[in-house]
Amino acid sequence: MQLQYFLILAAALFCIGIYGLINSRNAVRVLMSVELMLNAVNLNLMAFSSYLDSLAVKGQVFTVFVIAIAAAEAAVGLAIVLAIYRNRDTVDMEQFNLLKW
Amino acid sequence: MNLAEGVQLVSLGLLSLTMIGAALGVVLIANVVYSAFLLGGTFISVAGIYLLLNGDFVATAQVLIYVGAVNVLILFAIMLVNKQQDFIPMPRSWVRKASTGVVCVGLFALLSTMVIATPWSLSPQPASAKGAIVEIGKHFFSDFLLPFELASILLLMALVGAVILARREFLPDEAATDLESVLTLPERPRELAGTSTPRSDG
Repeated sequence: MQLQYFLILAAALFCIGIYGLINSRNAVRVLMSVELMLNAVNLNLMAFSSYLDSLAVKGQVFTVFVIAIAAAEAAVGLAIVLAIYRNRDTVDMEQFNLLKW
Repeated sequence: MNLAEGVQLVSLGLLSLTMIGAALGVVLIANVVYSAFLLGGTFISVAGIYLLLNGDFVATAQVLIYVGAVNVLILFAIMLVNKQQDFIPMPRSWVRKASTGVVCVGLFALLSTMVIATPWSLSPQPASAKGAIVEIGKHFFSDFLLPFELASILLLMALVGAVILARREFLPDEAATDLESVLTLPERPRELAGTSTPRSDG
């Protein structure tokens, strides 16, 4: 049980999240990838809080804040996906070029 | 290595296997409903890893908020936008896949070498015996009081914003008279932006 195991695990989860964020065509799956990346960051914070700052657990406080903001982000993001789906009748990320040119 | 450390190591191995496998399934499986359920598996595995890291309150909050709220919200969004269509294949999409894979593997290698090469200054004290929840409560109401209150305002803003973004537009000046229009939701008929065919379903 070392600190390095958890950090490498969080790095793997973050890289999987980046791959899904760039390569997904479905807009809901993009939001799922963002949630994966937020979970990787939370895992880093918890590992540092447990191994480097075990008395004043400030990393866990930060993790609770990140969880709260992730919940707000998921609600607003899915509302945006619903609004775009009503306008464009698709969830394909390649056809969302309203602000492109 | 005594029994407790062995149990912890085996639990960490099992949890990390399920976490990485479910995360790969979220990204790689074509059906998005399976991806949503595997996302719940990933969240539960991360909650188990939090328990290994002495964070019992955060593990509970993870299960309650992520699995109970965010995952259910994602499932509802999939249900609301469930359109059985095949995406038009893009030309040269393998270039993006391959380059993203190379970048992700390179980033993982970079982070892993950084983690292994850095001499971490580990804390000598053991974790407090009564759990971290008392310490978290003290932090929330002493030195993190302003972010704690701002988080509540942010959640209220997100609630109002999500309702405004996702609601339908009504026509308040037309009174419904016949029975059919009373029983249906009033919604403004409009053309879809960017596509030529209007919607067939109401």
